[in-house]
Amino acid sequence: MTEQAPSRLPEPRIAPSVEPSTNSHLQITDVTKNFGSQAVLKGVNLSVAKGGTTAIVGPSGSGKTTLLRLIAGFEHPATGSISLNGIKVAGDGVWLPAHKRHVGYVAQDGALFPHLTVGQNVAFGLDPAKLAGGRRAVAGRISELLEMVSLDPAMAKRRPHQLSGGQQQRVALARALAREPELMLLDEPFSALDAGLRVATRRAVAKVLNEAGVTTILVTHDQAEALSFADQVAVMRGGKLAQIGNPFVVYTRPADRATAEFLGDAVILDAWMEGSLATCSLGGIPVRRPPSQGRVQLMLRPEQIRIAEDGPIRGVVVDTDYFGPETTVRLKLAVPPELADGIDHRYPGGGEVITIRHWNASIARPGMELCLRVVGEAVAFPMDD
Amino acid sequence: MTSDLSAPPYAGSTTTAGRGKRPRPPFGVSTVSILAVIIALFSLIPLGYVVYMTAATGWDTAVELIFRPRVGELLLNTVLLMLITVPLCIFLGVGGAWLVERTRLSGHRIWAVLLAAPLAIPAFVNSYAWVSAVPSLEGLGSGVLIATLSYFPLVYIPAAATLSRLDPAIEQSAAALGLGNWRVFFRVVLPQLRIAMTGGALLVALHLLAEYGAFAMIRFDTFTTAIMIQFQSTFNGTAGNMLASVLVFFCLILLVVEVRGRGSARYARIGSGAQAKALRLPLHVYQVPAQLALLALTALAFGLPLFLVLRWVAAGGPAIWAAHEFLPALLATLGYGLAGAVVTTVVAFPMAFLAVRHPSWFSKSLELSNYVTSSLPGIVVGLAFVTVSIRVVPGIYQSTGVLVAAYVLLFLPRALVNLRAGLAQAPKELDEAAQALGKPPLQSFIRVTLRLTAPAAAGGAALVFLAIANELTATLLLSPNGTRTLATEFWSKSSEIDYAGAAPYALLMILLSAPMTYLLFQQSKKVAGQ
Repeated sequence: MTEQAPSRLPEPRIAPSVEPSTNSHLQITDVTKNFGSQAVLKGVNLSVAKGGTTAIVGPSGSGKTTLLRLIAGFEHPATGSISLNGIKVAGDGVWLPAHKRHVGYVAQDGALFPHLTVGQNVAFGLDPAKLAGGRRAVAGRISELLEMVSLDPAMAKRRPHQLSGGQQQRVALARALAREPELMLLDEPFSALDAGLRVATRRAVAKVLNEAGVTTILVTHDQAEALSFADQVAVMRGGKLAQIGNPFVVYTRPADRATAEFLGDAVILDAWMEGSLATCSLGGIPVRRPPSQGRVQLMLRPEQIRIAEDGPIRGVVVDTDYFGPETTVRLKLAVPPELADGIDHRYPGGGEVITIRHWNASIARPGMELCLRVVGEAVAFPMDD
Repeated sequence: MTSDLSAPPYAGSTTTAGRGKRPRPPFGVSTVSILAVIIALFSLIPLGYVVYMTAATGWDTAVELIFRPRVGELLLNTVLLMLITVPLCIFLGVGGAWLVERTRLSGHRIWAVLLAAPLAIPAFVNSYAWVSAVPSLEGLGSGVLIATLSYFPLVYIPAAATLSRLDPAIEQSAAALGLGNWRVFFRVVLPQLRIAMTGGALLVALHLLAEYGAFAMIRFDTFTTAIMIQFQSTFNGTAGNMLASVLVFFCLILLVVEVRGRGSARYARIGSGAQAKALRLPLHVYQVPAQLALLALTALAFGLPLFLVLRWVAAGGPAIWAAHEFLPALLATLGYGLAGAVVTTVVAFPMAFLAVRHPSWFSKSLELSNYVTSSLPGIVVGLAFVTVSIRVVPGIYQSTGVLVAAYVLLFLPRALVNLRAGLAQAPKELDEAAQALGKPPLQSFIRVTLRLTAPAAAGGAALVFLAIANELTATLLLSPNGTRTLATEFWSKSSEIDYAGAAPYALLMILLSAPMTYLLFQQSKKVAGQ
């Protein structure tokens, strides 16, 4: 095990922003949407830069798909507005229907037309009259698009049901790219695929869209997918955007406890904040921009807690779960020795059960005592968060 | 991506798109709803007629006409007919289905089709065949015989479809819990057939109430035959109308009983993963008795009537195929069948669209009104149209339009069920995908939704067409003067004991019904899996 000195987290690559910018491709302002008496979107603001990739992530029912459908033009916002390239397409009495928005859309299951061949699907949105070379050019364009999504052009003659799930999604992407949209909307396009295929298809799709320079919005409930796919992640909860920012930032510095827990495993500990140092069962941990002083809740990611060869912070192994590449270890924390004599009782130190991760399954057995250390900064939330 | 996107194609379109325009489907939901409401109201005409006529007759007269010995006699006949025939049909239908689908019956694939085949012989043709061979047939016993042989496939088809799609894992679980083969069948399999049995039994009972020709031929009086006699003698008389009220009351009771009997338990397969193949029990020493029983059943229900019809065709010789008599009836049947099929399919579309794309209590109640009407006997629908057309729009009485309208009401569910299945194959996401690809809503609808629904719509239209080709009661009441169809011509000849003359019409109706039976058989297998 290599010991590393605690280091500060790197600066985010892109500053989180919801402010309209001159480079904004899509601008959503104060959008609300109701279905009957149920408010699905409660005032959403989002700005997406040209050529950027944004993932809207949230639990089921958070309103993320509704937001995507509003952008596509399948739904009408109750209030607020949506602009594409600075031109209002919905809201304030303006309405541009879906077929005039020139936005690419890939549905969850691809939504390939079952009565058409792969080639006919790809060519569906093409107008031969507008292509130089007419119908012959359409065939060339189909081959070009299929190659772009790493499919054999010979597949053009097949029917959708003769393709695997991953191939169907690639055809759906090729079909959407055929009209050269500036904005591509992906509605959980990888969720129906099994794990191995999902990663491969996601990489392929990201590569194609990146090379084409298309502004992309991905809706997903899969946190890992959102973090790996996009350069901007928008976390949705209860019809509102809880946080928008670069994936690293939203993962390591979530805005609140719910966002922290939604985006991945989180170790939450009661702590005492003084200046920029929080004291808890894991000792003193630096916190950037603490929200308050005194009692707070501290959030660390499991991978920030490492097993050390020696040290004052200790925990007893409760149980372990072996997952192959890593083992999660549940530990009951001991009271730090400097606090054990009862000098400071301002926080309930010791006794919490936390989860950490380690690659070596044999390092921990139930009942063993391990020494721990923390890497990086923690995030503090007010006690009532 | 090319760079010509710098000038977005929608840049100039915003103003032309119209301010404040709402997104709307090609046929706005409100338009579809209005059409569906109009159709539902139209379909309630027969029920409204019965209610109106009962109210107009006055309480005292109604009581006098309903509570009399003749009605008691008809009531007894009808109730006895149902009490004997329905259980017999359930026994034969479920028994046959179990043998075919769940045992190692030799030739089970052939038996599967042969047991559905009797449905290809209209009940009145079946009755004709039996009477032509045994002229002394009459009364309740004969009624039960002919009705059972004609209608047991109505239970067999859904039961077989359900058995073939039941998850064998449930039976395996029961066996693992220590239940033997027979106990598994009675405690696990049979309860799962509840929907198929109650649904099939309802259909049998409704057919028993509605059937005219088959019972008239063997001189067995039911409400329907009595109403027809009243109509022919007094034309729209109060007594006939009161009998129709009692008949409608019967139908409504049956519908309620069926809903109650169906229960609320879930019978569909739960969980994911591939379904295992159905288990088949060895018959051992019962193989031969089972084969003989099925042989006897199919021989009586299908083989004998077909043989008798063919014998009369042969006996009649070339003379019975006189084109001047035969062709007009065939052409009229094809014409009515085609017109009825097209109109019914078009009329069913708004209702199916609402039910699939916008399911709600509203769409369900609209659908229900159609199902109630279509469960009414053809004679009630016929009488309602006779009365309404004479009193409200006298010019249209006995016109083609009124007859087609009656066909629409009688057979709407056949088109509706198919259209619903077809529309379910064309989810709105496909429409939206087409719109996102630049196609306007109407074009998306035509190129995607309509195109994907077309095969199912055609299947539904075929079923309606074939049902019209065999319809007798409403056709007798409503067809324009001088019009002859295969069914009416067959009826007129067989009523005159011209069995040979009626035979070609019977044969043609059987030939037309064969594909309908096959379609129903295939369709029920698909539905059972959903």
